Amino acid sequence: MDLVTELTIFVLAAFVGFAVISKVPTTLHTPLMSQTNAIHGIVMLGGLIVAGFADGALELTIAFIAIAFGTINIVGGFLVTDRMLSMFVRKRPNTEKPTPSASSASRPGAAGSDEGSG
Amino acid sequence: MVVGVIEAGGDLSTILYIVSFSLFIFGLMQGTHPTTAKTGNLMAAGGMAIAVATTLLLDGVGNWGVIISGLAVGTAVGVVASLRVQMTQMPQMVALYNGVGGGAVALIAWSEFRHAPVDFPLDEFVPVLFAAVIGSVSFWGSNIAFAKLQDLIPTKPLAVPGQQVINGLLLVGLIVACVMLVSSDDPPEGLFIAVLVGAAILGNLVVLPIGGADMPVVISLLNAFTGLSAAAAGFALDNVALIVAGTLVGSSGTILTLEMATAMNRSVANILFAGFGGAPAAGAGTGEERPHTSIGAQDAAIKLAYADSVVIVPGYGLAVAQAQHAVKEMADELEKRGVGVDYAIHPVAGRMPGHMNVLLAEADVPYEKLREMEDINPELPRTDVAVVIGANDVTNPAAKNDPDSPIAGMPIIEVHEARQVIVIKRSMSPGFAGIDNDLFYLDNTDMLFSDAKQAAGDIASEIGNL
Repeated sequence: MDLVTELTIFVLAAFVGFAVISKVPTTLHTPLMSQTNAIHGIVMLGGLIVAGFADGALELTIAFIAIAFGTINIVGGFLVTDRMLSMFVRKRPNTEKPTPSASSASRPGAAGSDEGSG
Repeated sequence: MVVGVIEAGGDLSTILYIVSFSLFIFGLMQGTHPTTAKTGNLMAAGGMAIAVATTLLLDGVGNWGVIISGLAVGTAVGVVASLRVQMTQMPQMVALYNGVGGGAVALIAWSEFRHAPVDFPLDEFVPVLFAAVIGSVSFWGSNIAFAKLQDLIPTKPLAVPGQQVINGLLLVGLIVACVMLVSSDDPPEGLFIAVLVGAAILGNLVVLPIGGADMPVVISLLNAFTGLSAAAAGFALDNVALIVAGTLVGSSGTILTLEMATAMNRSVANILFAGFGGAPAAGAGTGEERPHTSIGAQDAAIKLAYADSVVIVPGYGLAVAQAQHAVKEMADELEKRGVGVDYAIHPVAGRMPGHMNVLLAEADVPYEKLREMEDINPELPRTDVAVVIGANDVTNPAAKNDPDSPIAGMPIIEVHEARQVIVIKRSMSPGFAGIDNDLFYLDNTDMLFSDAKQAAGDIASEIGNL
């Protein structure tokens, strides 16, 4: 790809990013950040590519760390995002719209217990 | 293993990368509601799986021992970390993830440099240097942010005299070194390493002076930086998936940075270079003689139980005291009596964007009750009791009423408009801005001096006894 094509892609992606991210409500900004952490793990591809031409202990180490770091981003980022979003949606069947006071408010022993991670 | 079946830089790999980044974008588009966001997260993960699989099948990818061990270590660490991390620790975790992402980019750039052809074309060399500098700054800056959030080093601003000058000189030095590298026929690796180290020092020096209260901005900004560094790596590697994904992350981090800065009523430059956010400002001690009303848990319980509508305003103090579950219990008791309870969340409540919402969601507060500031402010004049728990500056009416206040113009949750206000706080001490809160001295404000968790638990049991 030539530089101009890449710049075109970059500028368009920036506009798409701004348009899409602006619609995410403030309430969900923490899961958004951990999800972008995971997407940022795409740098792992760079680690894979440089591993291909890595030569000697130093370059192999560099490639190893880059791949491990990127994988941490991907795996950890998507999992923790899923875990957080599960907290926002769990245990409330939204089939009906009860008044707040009518919903089952008392669930003894819920506090402090481990939440099921998705 | 069948490897090398996809031509690197060929049409098939590009098409698969396009599918993958489309899934990222579509996944992020689902982020408007938690239910859809969960599906969106899975879509983005699917896109990532396609991108990784495609790359693994490219011709030229090799050294499988390194690749497999890197994948195994990264997966193990990622799984354990994401399952173990507590919701109060999310800011640290995101800081660390920003850091490893930036570190990976810096290392990839280094490797690219070592394998650069004799006439390294500018349109690859410049992105490599950009990725190296920004990646190294994010790695070290994020590590400092992590250490501050984890209380490994003091959260108060640490600054040396003339810091701005030192940072400026470092930046100029980095640019000069980069220009020398680019213009050299045979760029020395030592100079490249010096650039990495210089950027590392810059990352440390920029984040060290920033106080704990400004961490939401710092984390968001480093998020944007790591994204841009990934995009730069994409330019260097001619990889469209990296360019698009990195740019998306860069946009997201930029939006969050600007939003946080607006919510704090300060410019990003001011946050980065002023070293405020932790140092108590002058004029803090004026409030001691002003009269305020102090009440106990029982009085608070009575006021709350006989109200029709209650709005809870949680702040970082609530998170520090781990009081979210106790607060939820209190709200449950109120709802049992037919009192409507909502939560008003200021954008900077917590230590990263949206942090307080996650803490309350963990305590099973329903999503619909987590109300944004602009959304709840018009309802506060009709609210019977507003309960401020562990929040301070974000409720200070001086931001609206006193043009001379240091926080004048800062968006606040207008609890002073409510019929009655109960402030749960350990003492009258000022908040991060270091100024007195006029709210505490209003006629309709009662102070309940206690630890947030203790107070919420006491009020909950008192309501139960009524």
